[in-house]
Amino acid sequence: MAGELRFELVAPERLLLDLPVRMVTLPGAEGDMGILPGHAPLITGLRPGVLLVDAAEGEERILVGGGVAEIALDRLTVLAEEAINVKELDRARLDRMLKDAEEDLVDARDEGARTRAEARLAYLRLMRAAAG
Amino acid sequence: MPSLKDLRVRIGSVRSTQKITKAMQMVAAAKLRRAQEAAESARPYSQRMERLIGSVAGNLPSLEGVPPLIVGNGRQDVHLILVVTAERGLCGSFNSAIVRRARQTIEALRREGRQVKLLCVGRKGYEALRRDRADLIVEYITLREYRNIDFSAAQRVADKVMELFAAGAFDVCHLLYSAFKSVIAQAVTLQQLVPVKLPEGTEQPDLKGAIYEYEPDEAELLATLAPRNIAVQVFKALLEGAAAEQAARMTAMDSATRNAGEMIGKLTLRYNRTRQAMITKELIEIVSGAEAL
Repeated sequence: MAGELRFELVAPERLLLDLPVRMVTLPGAEGDMGILPGHAPLITGLRPGVLLVDAAEGEERILVGGGVAEIALDRLTVLAEEAINVKELDRARLDRMLKDAEEDLVDARDEGARTRAEARLAYLRLMRAAAG
Repeated sequence: MPSLKDLRVRIGSVRSTQKITKAMQMVAAAKLRRAQEAAESARPYSQRMERLIGSVAGNLPSLEGVPPLIVGNGRQDVHLILVVTAERGLCGSFNSAIVRRARQTIEALRREGRQVKLLCVGRKGYEALRRDRADLIVEYITLREYRNIDFSAAQRVADKVMELFAAGAFDVCHLLYSAFKSVIAQAVTLQQLVPVKLPEGTEQPDLKGAIYEYEPDEAELLATLAPRNIAVQVFKALLEGAAAEQAARMTAMDSATRNAGEMIGKLTLRYNRTRQAMITKELIEIVSGAEAL
C-alpha cells in the first residue's frame, strides 16, 4: 500500500489539525466515504456530520458543519465550515449552540439567511439527539 | 510672552496627553497581538479555498451551469467597491490611506466609463466618503457591536453583497482593505471578489496525469463554494484590517508619545528661561533701586 495520508483540517478561524493518518471517513455530499492512502484525486462537498480520523495516536471524531474536502497526492484537506472535536462536545455546549441557532432563525431577514439557519438548526437537533 | 503660570498649565496638559497616548499605545499593542494571531491563523483557510476554487474552475469542461458569482454575469458596467475601514480613528493614516485609494479607484473606473457603487464597512470610511461621494454609497455596515471579528460578521457583509448581486445591482465587485504586513507596514489592497479572479501563479498540484473526480459535479460544487468563498474573503479582509488598524494605531500613538515628550522638554526649557529672566529682572530692579538712593 502506498505511504501515508496527510490529513489537514482547516476551519475559517485556523488550521486545526495537520497530521499523518491511516484513514479518514468523510460525510461526503453523496454518501460517506473512507479515504485511504493512495486515493484517486477527488473533490467532494461535505454534509454536516462526523469525521472519523484514524491516526497512529488514536481515533478522533470531529463534528463538522459541512464544507469541502480535496484529496490529491496522499494529502487530504478538509475545509470545514465549523469543526468541533466530539470529545469537547457536551450537552450544555450543544444546548447553547441550539439556542443561538434558534435565535438566528428568528433574526433571519432574507431568504438565504433563513435557509442557512434552518439547515443549521436541523443539524444541531440531530447532534443533540445523538448526544442523548 | 506667556506667564509662568501659562507655561506650567501647558506642560501639565501636554503631560496628561502623553499619558493618554502612552496608554492607547499599550492597549493597541495588546490588541494587536490578538488580532495578528487571528489574521494569521485564518490565512490557511482562505488560501486553500482560493486554490480549491482555482483548481475546480480551471478544470471545468464548460461554463454551463457555473454560478455567476464565479464567472461573472457577462457585463462589466457597474462596479461595487467594498471599502473596509476601521470603526475608530486615532490610528495615523490608516483610514485615510484606504479612503484615498477608494477615491483613486472610483476615478479610474469612471474614466473607463463604468458606474461605481460603494459599500462601506466601518464607520470611518463611511464618514469620509459620505462627504463627497454620498450618491455612490448604497450600503453602510457598521461592525461596532463586534468586539472581536468572528465569522458571523463576515457572513453578514457577504449576505449583503450576494443580495445586491442577485438583485443585479452590480456586475463586478472589488474588495478594498488594508492588509497586515508587519507592525510598521500595512498595504492597502484591492482584490476582485466577483467574478473570482484567481491570483497569478496559483500552483496546481501535479497529479501525475490523473484528473480530479468531483462529487457532486463541478457546477454544483462551485455553487456551494461560491457564496462560501465570498464570506471567507470578506472574513480575511476584516481580520487583516483589524490587525493592520491596531498596528497603525500603535505606531501612531508611539510617535505621538514621543512628540509629547519633545514638547514637554521644549516647554520646560522655556519655563526655566522665563523664570530665570524674571529673577534677573527683579535683581536688576533691586540693585538699581539701591544705587539710586
